[in-house]
Amino acid sequence: MELTTVWFALIAVLWVGYFCLEGFDFGVGMLLPVLARNETERRVMINTIGPVWDGNEVWVLVAGGATFAAFPEWYATLFSGFYLPLLLILVALIVRGLAFEYRHKRGHDTWKGRWDLAIIWGSFVPALLWGVAFANIVAGVPIDANKEFTGTLFTLLNPYGLLGGLVTLTLFATHGAMFVALKTDGDIRHRARDLAVRIGAVAALLAVVFLVWTQLKTGSAVSAVVFVVAALALVGGLLAAMGGREGWAFVGTFVTIALAVIGLFVALFPDVMPSSTDPAYSLTTTNAAATAYTLKVMTWVAVVFTPIVLGYQAWTYWVFRRRIAVHHIPTAELAETPAS
Amino acid sequence: MDVLEIARWQFGIITVYHFLFVPLTIGLTAVIAGLETAWVRTGKEDYLRLTKFFGKLFLINFAIGVVTGIVQEFQFGMNWSDYSRFVGDVFGAPLAVEGLLAFFLESTFLGLWIFGWDKLPRGLHAGCMWLVHLGTLASSWFILAANSWMQHPVGYRFNAEAGRAELIDFWAVMFNKVQVVTFPHVIFAAYMTAGTFLLGVSAYLYMKKKHEADRPMYHRAIRIGAVVTLLAGLGVAITGDLQGKVMTEVQPMKMAAAEGLYETSDRCAPFSVFTVGTPDGKEEKFAVTVPCLLSFLGTGSFDGTVEGINPLREEYAETYGSDPTSKAFTEGDYTPVIPVTYWSFRFMMGLGFFAAAGAALILWLTRKGRTPGVRWLGVLGLSLPIATTLASSWGWIFTEMGRQPWVVFGLMTTESGVSPGVSVFEAATSLIVLTALYAVLAVIEVKLLVTYIKKGADPYEEPPRVKVGGSDDEDAPLTFAY
Repeated sequence: MELTTVWFALIAVLWVGYFCLEGFDFGVGMLLPVLARNETERRVMINTIGPVWDGNEVWVLVAGGATFAAFPEWYATLFSGFYLPLLLILVALIVRGLAFEYRHKRGHDTWKGRWDLAIIWGSFVPALLWGVAFANIVAGVPIDANKEFTGTLFTLLNPYGLLGGLVTLTLFATHGAMFVALKTDGDIRHRARDLAVRIGAVAALLAVVFLVWTQLKTGSAVSAVVFVVAALALVGGLLAAMGGREGWAFVGTFVTIALAVIGLFVALFPDVMPSSTDPAYSLTTTNAAATAYTLKVMTWVAVVFTPIVLGYQAWTYWVFRRRIAVHHIPTAELAETPAS
Repeated sequence: MDVLEIARWQFGIITVYHFLFVPLTIGLTAVIAGLETAWVRTGKEDYLRLTKFFGKLFLINFAIGVVTGIVQEFQFGMNWSDYSRFVGDVFGAPLAVEGLLAFFLESTFLGLWIFGWDKLPRGLHAGCMWLVHLGTLASSWFILAANSWMQHPVGYRFNAEAGRAELIDFWAVMFNKVQVVTFPHVIFAAYMTAGTFLLGVSAYLYMKKKHEADRPMYHRAIRIGAVVTLLAGLGVAITGDLQGKVMTEVQPMKMAAAEGLYETSDRCAPFSVFTVGTPDGKEEKFAVTVPCLLSFLGTGSFDGTVEGINPLREEYAETYGSDPTSKAFTEGDYTPVIPVTYWSFRFMMGLGFFAAAGAALILWLTRKGRTPGVRWLGVLGLSLPIATTLASSWGWIFTEMGRQPWVVFGLMTTESGVSPGVSVFEAATSLIVLTALYAVLAVIEVKLLVTYIKKGADPYEEPPRVKVGGSDDEDAPLTFAY
């Protein structure tokens, strides 16, 4: 296999990692006002992702860095083209990340309330916009002969793009609810499971429409198979949730998201950013790629270090495997937090 | 303002802001890991209290460093797409490797450290912070390798057909001669920042009546902080001197601009302490100098030749005047903004020397367990981490502004790196939104830091003894929760 194809696949893997992991972080954040009924329950939810959200977010940084290194033209066109959505995502990720760290630093209700808003909107915005961005990448956007994006923000807000956004939004919400059901105990666990099934049904409907639309637009036989399996995984996950099998339910949404991303990358290949202006201007795995030497160096680094990273990330999840319930949340800390 | 100017302001503001948090993060991970290891080994309660106290302050600081770091990676593509296209083959690799090797390590093991007090045995818990520190070092290594390549491009060839720089030797980029002196300089500066922070915060609390009972603990912390500051300060000075020599060799214009040295000095070039030049930066009006010192700093000999700005300008115009990549290039513009390079260089050194002198003074005042009878100890102490942090800022302003008009020295000018497809509206929105957001965050961060510093270290609380995965008591509350 060509190294450019290998790196196209590796970047797909990085996005799979990002969406499967931070997807549930976003879900937990978005559902904060829906699932939690009081401050302690909010803290239960936040603490399910507390030790891992930052590590999950690194996947997007590595995906960005790998795109820069392996396909500089793709990185340049995409980031300068999707300027305002990316700016919004950046702002969202900034306030959301700080919210986790700062929210519990003071006892005030106003203080906590504001950081809650940061968590909710900071999760909602990227969950929606990543879908919009990816749908547009797959569908193609106006790109000129100089590999420059010539559209505006509104070019991206087309029906297909917006549907893509709603799909990631609802899928991540489902995934997050499944995660809360898996990681908590008590009343909130049951509410999360019920909610996951309800949002999951909406997500399934939207996802099927979106995937069929994608298949009609740019799909191949392979992507069709991947999409069908993704849909089946989602149905399986929802059934598992209804049957009270939270582990399998979470695996279901995890696999769904993974396969949906893989399917989109399969549908995209061999383009990385098709041009809707003229197919001749499309960025491809070859014309956007770095040199063979750079790809070779990066391949060695990836081969050696990716297993190590996966190993210690998995270990973290094992260390923090215990479910969290309201009685696990320490109360003493709040009392001694400075009042002003 | 055009997109170029906006993009440059954004890069400057965003990057200097980000780097306000970085040195403290790098240095404090080592200090905290050291304190925790001291506790694990000696069992002394004070070490654990200091670990937890400075751990808290560290996390407040680290959070902003992390989230503002995301912008760093994105803005190359957003505002500097032509730069990204041109250098991606060389510059992208260290960034990607940084993410894979460093960011995962930092974030994962920091999560384990924060939440793992009741999940990990003590030694392993301290080990997590050492791994976070290793992550910060790895991160610095790769990002500085990328920056050093911009200062002194090596290990590449220019592919005229593809219109880009292409990597031919990864190890040359990793061990660039600029990199091998810059990395220790930055890391020592980070240790110095953390040393002054430990010293300053402890000195402040030491002087407060409220914390009188904890005086022995803060006394010890002051001493540790002062020693770290002075040792690291020595490292900063030595590596800075080495940097000066490499700079004289590979970026003579930057050295000349740092000095405001307009004409070449064949031997015994003076070090300028204070210079006023004409507004166009071509001639000096008034100067206070130390004879021969610049020759020594730049070449290691009091007799060494240091080239001046004016002859270098002509030399550069001849060498690079017809460079194909420097589109829209005005000839004769190969000089950085002299007042900026000149003063930033002096602010960096001055603040660094001030911090070292302050640390030395406080170390002397607290000798042999003495209680200093001076009331300004706290104020002086707190001014030191501010000084070291600003010294780093000025250092970066110097090294980046001193490279101008190049973004990659000798290869690509800054103006040709900007995104051609980005509108003024987009760029301005980004600048305004990010600057405003960062300003708000700065206020919140400083207030939180002040609140938590004033509070002082919490009373001693023995953490549970556990095996990996936590205690058997499944209903025990978490020792730490968001």
